[in-house]
Amino acid sequence: MTASVADSGRFGAFGGRYVPETLIPALDALEVAYADALRDPAFVTALEDSLRTYVGRPSELSDAPHFSALVGAPVYLKREDLNHTGAHKINSAMAHGLLAQRMGKTRIIAETGAGQHGVATATVCARLGLECVVYMGEEDMRRQQLNVFRMRLMGATVVPVLSGTRTLKDATSEAIRDWVTNCEHSHYIIGSVVGPAPYPRMVRDFQAIIGREARAQMLERAGRLPKSVVACIGGGSNAMGIFHAFVPDREVELVGVEAAGHGLATGQHSASLAQGTPGVLHGALSYLLQDADGQIYPAHSVSAGLDYPGVGPEHAFLKDSGRGTYVSVTDDDALAAFGQFSRMEGIIPALETAHAISWIMANAGRWAPDEPILLCVSGRGDKDVAQVAEMGIVPL
Amino acid sequence: MLQGLEAAGADVLEVGVPFSDPVADGPVIQSSSQQALAHGMTFEGALQLITDAKLSVPVVLFSYLNPIVAAGPDALHRARAAGAHGVLVTDLPVGEDPERESWFGAGPLDFVRLVAPTTPRERMGLIATHGRGFVYLISRLGVTGMQDEISTSLPGTLATLREVCTLPICVGFGISTPAHARQVGALADGIVVGSAIVRAAERSVDEALALTRSLRVALDEG
Repeated sequence: MTASVADSGRFGAFGGRYVPETLIPALDALEVAYADALRDPAFVTALEDSLRTYVGRPSELSDAPHFSALVGAPVYLKREDLNHTGAHKINSAMAHGLLAQRMGKTRIIAETGAGQHGVATATVCARLGLECVVYMGEEDMRRQQLNVFRMRLMGATVVPVLSGTRTLKDATSEAIRDWVTNCEHSHYIIGSVVGPAPYPRMVRDFQAIIGREARAQMLERAGRLPKSVVACIGGGSNAMGIFHAFVPDREVELVGVEAAGHGLATGQHSASLAQGTPGVLHGALSYLLQDADGQIYPAHSVSAGLDYPGVGPEHAFLKDSGRGTYVSVTDDDALAAFGQFSRMEGIIPALETAHAISWIMANAGRWAPDEPILLCVSGRGDKDVAQVAEMGIVPL
Repeated sequence: MLQGLEAAGADVLEVGVPFSDPVADGPVIQSSSQQALAHGMTFEGALQLITDAKLSVPVVLFSYLNPIVAAGPDALHRARAAGAHGVLVTDLPVGEDPERESWFGAGPLDFVRLVAPTTPRERMGLIATHGRGFVYLISRLGVTGMQDEISTSLPGTLATLREVCTLPICVGFGISTPAHARQVGALADGIVVGSAIVRAAERSVDEALALTRSLRVALDEG
């Protein structure tokens, strides 16, 4: 249902290329290079080899006995936290890095919120010998010091962004400004299924390996497709990655969990799909948190990776078409789930993932005992422990 | 300030409607946009400034798509009634959203389109046929802001654009001194100065007007 509409750079009405004129030729060139690469067996093989031998794919599908008992239905965990660098972000960063090399670009630009995409990009650049510049909001650098250190350790330049809310939104704007200035020799590796076409589709395609693997693993392990596939959503890349293979399976419910922050009623949240309206930000038309004057208002989430006032255009399309179900979970509930899940399963999830975990917990009893749930564990929570300890939720 | 700029010799005035996330703008316009928003500036507020200024030179509104679309279906007619003559949208390239482009194109304002140094010749021709008023040529790669030297590629880009474009061509981005004005003014039909005047105005309105007068003199002397 999405393939044909996506060819125009649109998902229904959403998507597009709302960028300064300077970038149009760069986006055209990217579109062509991407199509060429997909037809080139050498590129496809190089990417598959890198994902297997360097990233560590396929990622495992784990059961979750204690969590399943609590929920009353079998929950399967797609373990993107086990990838090299500890999150799903490297699936796309690796593919983009190889593509940049193929295009003869020597310098890579990225933005990062929680730092996971920045770390994945810095990693790929170190591996491929590319210069790496990562834009990161000053507030996020404070929340995610460990990731800043990791990026710098691998040779990346991390540029603090002091404008606006000093989070992912402003880091993305700054990365786009760098790209407008340096598009001739730099490639922009965007961290989610957002931005101008062809980025949302490319990142979706590169992350779709999550769902392809998980679908086959479910059939093998559970003997059936999941009743529900659940993933957290900031920009929406891990969710789009795990959803994509299941979109044609109409009986499979696709649930995206946004960050309700301090609560939807407070206005301090990141639930663009639940509370936003259509508008244009960072090159695409999608749901946004904006005021009546079309000004983007600051998102809030305890989780830096979800703290973004927009969402990928394909999610906007899945929401409006009714194929996707979008819900939200507050900071407090996600923090509680972060601790509870760690104790129950011996897996410390990313705070982002904890939102999806919390929604499943809160809906215990919603599934029959023979209806399996597939949860995307988008990343590991090691990056979050200092922040959570500082908040006094779990004493260090 | 607007009246002062007219008196100082500006032929056309650009009035910005601030946007919270101006990706095509450098630090000066970013900062002025944030300050304007913090002081409650809106689309309506910008129109009021234009109305109050009672100018005799044309005014071009410039902004991003989101705040203009949010101002409603009759936004362009309200802008015309307030005295604006043109509109320039930095994030709506030719051919990317026919529905919204025709809303701008069929409206009462001249829809000014932009050409970049990266734009291929055929696309320049396409852009020229879609624009009205004048074509805005971006002098160099990058965002708005001042620079020391004018890009060496500008004369070539401008010559190519001339071949396919019958509209007047105004050049902007990075033009900040009388020397730049003289240099670019010799090639183009107009120059656009934004960040340099905004930065001068941050110090004082007098300084912004003095800069504008010096640009005028440089252009007239050729």
